[in-house]
Amino acid sequence: MMNLIASLITVLIMILLALGIAFSATLSSLLTVVIPYAALAVFLAGFLYRVLLWAKSPVPFRITTTCGQQTSLPWIRSNPLDSPSNVWGVIGRMALEILLFRSLFRNTDVAIVGQRPVYGSAKWLWFFGLLFHWSLLIVVLRQIAPWINGLSAADGFFEIGIPTFYLSDAALLTGLSFLFLRRVVVPQLKYISLFADYVALLLILGIVSTGLLMRHFSPADLLQVKNLALGWATFSPVVPARIGLVLSVHLCFVFTLLAWFPFSKLMHMGGVFLSPTRNLANDNRMKRHLNPWNAPVKVHTYEEYEDEFRDKMKLAGLPVEKE
Amino acid sequence: MSSAKTPKPDELIAIRYEPPEMPWMDTPTVFRPGTWSYSGTAKSLTALNLPNPRAWQPSDADWKLPENWKEIILDGMRERLEKYRSFKLFMDICVRCGACADKCHFYIGSGDPKNMPVLRAELLRSVYRRYFTEAGKRFGRLAGARELTVDVLKEWFYYFYQCTECRRCSAFCPFGIDQAEITMMGRELLNLVGCNINWVTEPAANCFRTGNHLGIQPGGIKDMLDFMADDIADRTGVRVDVPINKKGAEILFVTPSGDYFADPGTYTCMGYLMLFHEIGLNYTFSTYASEGGNFGLFTSSEMVKRLNAKIYAEAKRLGVKWILGGECGHMWRVIHQYMDTMNGPADFLEEPVSPITGTRFENARSTKMVHIAEFTADLIRNGKLKLDPSRNDAYRVTFHDSCNPARAMGLF
Repeated sequence: MMNLIASLITVLIMILLALGIAFSATLSSLLTVVIPYAALAVFLAGFLYRVLLWAKSPVPFRITTTCGQQTSLPWIRSNPLDSPSNVWGVIGRMALEILLFRSLFRNTDVAIVGQRPVYGSAKWLWFFGLLFHWSLLIVVLRQIAPWINGLSAADGFFEIGIPTFYLSDAALLTGLSFLFLRRVVVPQLKYISLFADYVALLLILGIVSTGLLMRHFSPADLLQVKNLALGWATFSPVVPARIGLVLSVHLCFVFTLLAWFPFSKLMHMGGVFLSPTRNLANDNRMKRHLNPWNAPVKVHTYEEYEDEFRDKMKLAGLPVEKE
Repeated sequence: MSSAKTPKPDELIAIRYEPPEMPWMDTPTVFRPGTWSYSGTAKSLTALNLPNPRAWQPSDADWKLPENWKEIILDGMRERLEKYRSFKLFMDICVRCGACADKCHFYIGSGDPKNMPVLRAELLRSVYRRYFTEAGKRFGRLAGARELTVDVLKEWFYYFYQCTECRRCSAFCPFGIDQAEITMMGRELLNLVGCNINWVTEPAANCFRTGNHLGIQPGGIKDMLDFMADDIADRTGVRVDVPINKKGAEILFVTPSGDYFADPGTYTCMGYLMLFHEIGLNYTFSTYASEGGNFGLFTSSEMVKRLNAKIYAEAKRLGVKWILGGECGHMWRVIHQYMDTMNGPADFLEEPVSPITGTRFENARSTKMVHIAEFTADLIRNGKLKLDPSRNDAYRVTFHDSCNPARAMGLF
């Protein structure tokens, strides 16, 4: 509960700060000229740094999680995606995992019914998680790569009112709301949720809602955004006389999220590719895996063993090396 | 196990999954009788050269930790973060989605929220954040970080020994975060300051000296196997051979010592003896490598290697061609995923070929160890065993990955 309240207060303070910035010409130009590049630089450098840091630690053992039959005798049907034995299987497994959240699709829940634990299917987290991530990707692509023409056209298929109401926006809001509400409503989730878990969701929620507000209620801001973005992309940022209030909040949230990203759990975006339980083939007995720090250890040799038990072994009629 | 009265079934099933009001960082760990194991004895720790052997129990207020225990733990953590990508990554990328929570049988069976794999990992992660991340150092609890204290160490002990390293949580985690990896790291750290349980250290010490967990000496193994052969002869009229430490045998057979020692493992073992007799296999048991299971897996990777080393060493000494392994999921996690890396290459052995059917076990070409189920399946496939499947018609069966051969190696 404390974490939830603290996160709400934090985001509220950020909104107030953003509004304050909008009233100061100096701060506004800082927000539109310096901070965008700084935030982007922190994001890119930080992201790279974190991934390299992970990559620096070796993978001493091949600890693939096996969720299907391994490659065995030729007549035993193996499961190349849940227990891949070669690189193609691994690529397939990773693609399923990253694009379709394969493991979450397995999700079950348990309840004690009539003095027995009963397991049921639970696909909601998978569904809304997938909805959230995919619509977020589409929205981000629409923003940073508007030249992908088909994207906006297909996405805005239902032109509800003018300007276009995008399906992905609705999906994003739905997914986000689900992910946020389950942290607030489900007791176990609330129990494990950290301050940062709420902040991440609230920041994205803030970005999406301010974006929608601008598109549908504040066309002046929207025009300003387009000019700003064009300026950033051509490395000739325009300094607006004054930025809109909603826009200010929107930008503050975006840049905060960008700069915070590499230091937060949002790095699961990069980390998922490096997970040794998923990105290694289950070919342990076919190919030897090398551990770079495999050092000799103190073992108990056969000679030491026989020295201790030689008499007993002879008594039992077991062969010995030394009489 | 500490003294506790055995609960009735309806007491056991009265599980509440609602977590308490109090935040988990403020909830003290209570060592309830019946939920923890006795400490590793000084004798077994000394036998294995493990640090801080002493007389103590988890129920004591003073655990007699070394003076600089905190430094040892934090240094150990730093070392492991640099040695294991899994550990480092799994400390960083959890989003606390909770998908793993009700996959753990310790949580399902106890309702204790700290047994949710995500939270069991947070016990360690919170300390990682405090000492190894900027946010944790600066913002402390707001960043999900906390100080390493004696109480935290006790909490680790309580919960990290409530994990069987079954990896079920890992199958459900969208990032494949494996609680077994985190448990292993947690236990390695606890072992650095001498906080281990005797259920693990004594079998490990036995295995180191006598070759098996139960501490059965060479004569004992021979007696037990001969006794089984007598039983088989009484029942079937067929006298089976019991080859032990036989040089020049084609195959070394290694199985968990539970198979010699107690029912129902002994029935499985008698099955092996009869099967090998029936097909006329040229094989041998070993008294030195008389254990397939590996309690090092519950101690440290170094201990896994120390105990496992006997198998290849004995295969080399006896001059066998390849190794056949008995049925034990826990044992196969080590054989399949660790043995070759730790104690290989087994270049003194040959690529396994069944002497009965001529089948080449290509999936074991590097490790050179074949699972008894693979070996037997091949015999059945090639019509080498006279079986009457109709005798099983009366049974309705299901698959239970109780010992985890499925999750340990992908054998279903």
